[in-house]
Amino acid sequence: MKISIFKNKIVNTMLLAGACGIAIAFAAPKANLARANDEPKVIEITAKKFEFSPAQITLKKGEPVILRLSSSDRVHGFMSKPLKIDTDIPADKSEDVAVTPDTAGDFVVICDHYCGTGHGNMKMKVTVVE
Amino acid sequence: MENKFDRRSFLRVSGTALSIGALYSVFPALTRKAGAAEGMTRTLAELNGEAPAPFSFMQLSDTHVGFNGPPDPLGTKAFESAVATINGLKHRPELIIVTGDLTHDADSPDEHAKRFKLFKEISSRIGGAQIKVVPGENDAALDGGDMFREFMGPTHYSFDHRGVHFVALDNVSAGRPAVGTEQLTWMKSDLARFPKTAPIVVFTHRPLFDLKPEWEWFTSDGDDVMNALAPYENVTVLYGHIHRENFHQAGTTKMYAARSLIFAFPDPATTPQKKPAPFDKAAPFKNLGIRRVNGNAYGNDLQIEEVELATAEFSGTVGMDQMLKHGSNDAKDE
Repeated sequence: MKISIFKNKIVNTMLLAGACGIAIAFAAPKANLARANDEPKVIEITAKKFEFSPAQITLKKGEPVILRLSSSDRVHGFMSKPLKIDTDIPADKSEDVAVTPDTAGDFVVICDHYCGTGHGNMKMKVTVVE
Repeated sequence: MENKFDRRSFLRVSGTALSIGALYSVFPALTRKAGAAEGMTRTLAELNGEAPAPFSFMQLSDTHVGFNGPPDPLGTKAFESAVATINGLKHRPELIIVTGDLTHDADSPDEHAKRFKLFKEISSRIGGAQIKVVPGENDAALDGGDMFREFMGPTHYSFDHRGVHFVALDNVSAGRPAVGTEQLTWMKSDLARFPKTAPIVVFTHRPLFDLKPEWEWFTSDGDDVMNALAPYENVTVLYGHIHRENFHQAGTTKMYAARSLIFAFPDPATTPQKKPAPFDKAAPFKNLGIRRVNGNAYGNDLQIEEVELATAEFSGTVGMDQMLKHGSNDAKDE
């Protein structure tokens, strides 16, 4: 399953812009228009001991989304090998992860940053539909 | 130098039927030829100051001292039973390794400290054996291993025992399932002095491969560890965390998980949810026991001896004594 990481996209765009500054400037109006139309949907997910809220989300295959992750208590993990997501959710700021699922099915995301005695069952489900 | 170790005779274990703890017999490269044995002995002695000799050791795991169920209302009884059983063995092991989750995590540091003290008190009843431990996430993931170091010592280290090199690897105290660059660099440096055929035992808490990532049965940089170990031909990895037996081989590296001393997890291949096996009042130590493997200096003709805990009737101290009846039947519990 291919997943693009939003932060990487931003970095790549900035690097490209640095290398081709003039061309970007000329193309800017058209690029802004395209970005407005393609703005990915943002889904907010909150972590706290020992649950994610919501505990289940549904995504559409091929449709990019941004998962906006935040924690209301302490650092948590957000990890799914099949979805190729592996990040920490810090306690003091939100973390954006861009996802474009290309396989339908149910996937489990777990907290893999140990957070206490109920940590072992801290998980959520991501359902990807056609 | 590399051919002086006989890889076939290095480490013989009892296959996939390890139990309460697993007793391993190690036969480091002893040969029929006295001259060859002397030469090999000299080589090992130069490398690590340890003369090779047959020996046995036992792995215990996941004692979770302080856990009081459900599903297991017996607390430390299985751990204490294991200790008493070890002490009752005719040929007692001279080395015990414990692969993490010595204690069950506690919200209060004071309570967690009590659990470490209790672990030390119970394990100290094992007579005549060195005890070497690594942390599990319950021991060390919340405070970066500070309390573990205070009570048990460093979270990673190495030592030599009768010609075998042991590496204790910490894949929990980073908070996440990870070994980390610093420790990996240390391990590579630690192993660099050994020939590729040297007998090496790595013991750690979590599996170093993707056994079941959605149950957190993995180590995120486990591939880096395995790549670092890959050039060595006689590596055995012993771990815990999954509360059940498992065998996995990558290249020549063999990896064995031990059962816990608190409760069992089900087979992830047939069970959708990570949920402890229910407590069986009629057989409270079901699946527990000790498998002992005895060998000879040539590394073949192994003799397997089972020590089974009898648990039909027990209560209090007298009951504990009743439980420790040594049987000769194989544990048919898997």
